[in-house]
Amino acid sequence: MESLKAEGVTNVFGIPGGANLPMYDAVVDADFRHVQTRHEQGAGHAAEGYAKASGKVGVAFATSGPGATNLITAIADAMLDSVPTVFITGQVKSHLIGTDGFQEADILGATLPFVKHSFQVTDARQIPEYVHEAFHVASTGRPGPVLLDVPSDLFSTDIEYTPRTEPVELPGYKPSTEGNIKQIRIAAKALANARRPIFYTGGGVISGNASEELRELVASDQFPVTSTLMGLGAFPASSDRFLGMLGMHGTYTANLAMDRADLIVAIGARFDDRITGKLDEFAPHAKIIHVDIDPAEISKNVGAHIPIVGDVKQVLPKLTREYRALQTDSGRLEAWWTQLRGWLHDHPLYYDASTDGSIKPQSVVQTLHKVTNGEAIVTSDVGQHQMWAAQYYGFDQPRKWINSGGLGTMGFGLPAAIGAKVACPDQLVTCISGDGSLIMNIQELATSVTENVPVKIFLMNNGYMGMVRQWQQLFWDRRYSAVEMGGSPDWVKLAEGFGATGLRVDDPADLESTMRAAIEADGPALVDVRVTQEENVYPMIAPGTAAREMTEAPGLVR
Amino acid sequence: MEAGTPDLVKLEDLRVPGQLSGRKHVLSIQVENKPGVLARVAGLFSRRGFNIDTLAVGPTDDPSISRITLTLDGAVHPIDQVTKQLHKLVNVLKIRDMEPEETVAREMALFKVSAAVENRAEIIQFAEIFRAKIVDVARRTITIEITGSADKIEAFERMVRPHGLVEMVRTGEIAIARGHE
Repeated sequence: MESLKAEGVTNVFGIPGGANLPMYDAVVDADFRHVQTRHEQGAGHAAEGYAKASGKVGVAFATSGPGATNLITAIADAMLDSVPTVFITGQVKSHLIGTDGFQEADILGATLPFVKHSFQVTDARQIPEYVHEAFHVASTGRPGPVLLDVPSDLFSTDIEYTPRTEPVELPGYKPSTEGNIKQIRIAAKALANARRPIFYTGGGVISGNASEELRELVASDQFPVTSTLMGLGAFPASSDRFLGMLGMHGTYTANLAMDRADLIVAIGARFDDRITGKLDEFAPHAKIIHVDIDPAEISKNVGAHIPIVGDVKQVLPKLTREYRALQTDSGRLEAWWTQLRGWLHDHPLYYDASTDGSIKPQSVVQTLHKVTNGEAIVTSDVGQHQMWAAQYYGFDQPRKWINSGGLGTMGFGLPAAIGAKVACPDQLVTCISGDGSLIMNIQELATSVTENVPVKIFLMNNGYMGMVRQWQQLFWDRRYSAVEMGGSPDWVKLAEGFGATGLRVDDPADLESTMRAAIEADGPALVDVRVTQEENVYPMIAPGTAAREMTEAPGLVR
Repeated sequence: MEAGTPDLVKLEDLRVPGQLSGRKHVLSIQVENKPGVLARVAGLFSRRGFNIDTLAVGPTDDPSISRITLTLDGAVHPIDQVTKQLHKLVNVLKIRDMEPEETVAREMALFKVSAAVENRAEIIQFAEIFRAKIVDVARRTITIEITGSADKIEAFERMVRPHGLVEMVRTGEIAIARGHE
């Protein structure tokens, strides 16, 4: 507890159980706030939401066995999205380890593939050291989850605690942060020679707190910018240099620009398959500058011509300085911009107006932007609603858009919203969800009510697991299999049952007023928005195809 | 300024270095001597789809450090990516991709060969030629200990196999850099 305090922990999410009883006894007198979630997965995602909204390390507690295994999805999620988190699990007593004791699970072994690092305490005196090392590893370099597994007898062993004075030194862990200046100079000179450059920015810009530095760099010339799903908000969506999100459901312009570019500047992004599509045909004309803090990401999927390993916050100002010193004439980019502006004009994001009087899901996001002045924190689950939120909200600031990108965890949105609200109590925190996703961790609505963490949930209810339905429609000959939600539950009654405000809207004319009513309501609120049932997300690059083969919304007339 | 000035980097001159070396690599990995470290290394290989050819683990002159020596095929695996992923493990201290010309690499193997009386002399002769040692003799078998490069052990195996190879155990290669003048 003293160690957690020394790390500046102010909020923890978790659930007690047999093996972590001694720690929970200390929670009674702890200096931090403990939020009691209703499922350990919820605690894990709440810790992630907290970390993503605040930039601080998120912390979750769970007991041994099922408590610990319930955390696994959140740990894997934090690994794939590089979220700084520390998970502290109770374990059976030391002498019972390996005997299949009651509520014993080898959580250290089970999570090895997706932790940044993990520790099992074998001597109570290790606890302070391991706690400090865990926070250090979780929050530095490429951030990620660290697991600390503590046998219950060692929680309650009294030890001498001496506050740590020197910084953590781990012999096998020394992230390079500065970036090689020679490489940075080469990058600047290549950039100065590019006729069709594009900045492709990812979640690393946000986790590296380098939005300002990115904006400065882009301001050096007429550079176009696209962002991954995870990077939205690092560069303002409202800027006329922003081409929109790229990737499977990215904009036509962003994807075509990558396809035609002669130089791609990848910053804190990892060339995931949802970005590249068919790898052999990805960006066939482009040379690649790749800036990343994780050397293993360089040339993992796409070969980098100019690799720069370092912290984006340190590298980008150097690149800006070197580039500006070259005093390049931005006139060379005019032809490129003529092409880009043509695409932006002819190929906007588009959806057909409603023909049956139903609410268009895209309009829910646009209305949310309107009623929140584009300033809310928006979390999402995974599926169609997530893509529409990413496409239509238009994030102008970092740490406003919180979703599960790498692992694609349905059920992430509500607990993450709770975590974000705990981190930012003065901000409006909304969760855009779908009826397939929300039910997966709906128990956390009880947490929102009882812990007084009011989040506002906007449920795009189309009666389907919509993204899976879309794939079945497009790639499986419309043979719908296990995607219908069957009209259950009654979301208004469900919300009310939890003690939250429940509202329903099915008329586009009432959408805005209902959304405002939810935001103005005291405490948590859930709006069941009945949206067009078989709406598809466009544009779409079918899996395994090249960006230039993308399908646009069928109704888009050019 | 005209784009393409000599001072600037010409995009067409930029190259990505090749990923596959096409040869066998011996990686000598120093790790912290802590529980579970081998599981982390082995797990990394399996989940990234890297195939280990041989693996040997043992202590070093420093009791807090163990050495993992493993061989893998650089024709199939991008060695650079393998070492970078290994470096991400906090318990991994140092990785050396051993240069074949500057490395002494050895493996040990035990061969149990069926040796009827009429074949014994020939098998013993093979063992002598390969500077192997006979460590056990039974009524129907001879057990031979041999040390050397992987090639030598494989050559020996080809010689004794026709006589009936009952069992063979190999340690996997260990390697050390040659001393400098």
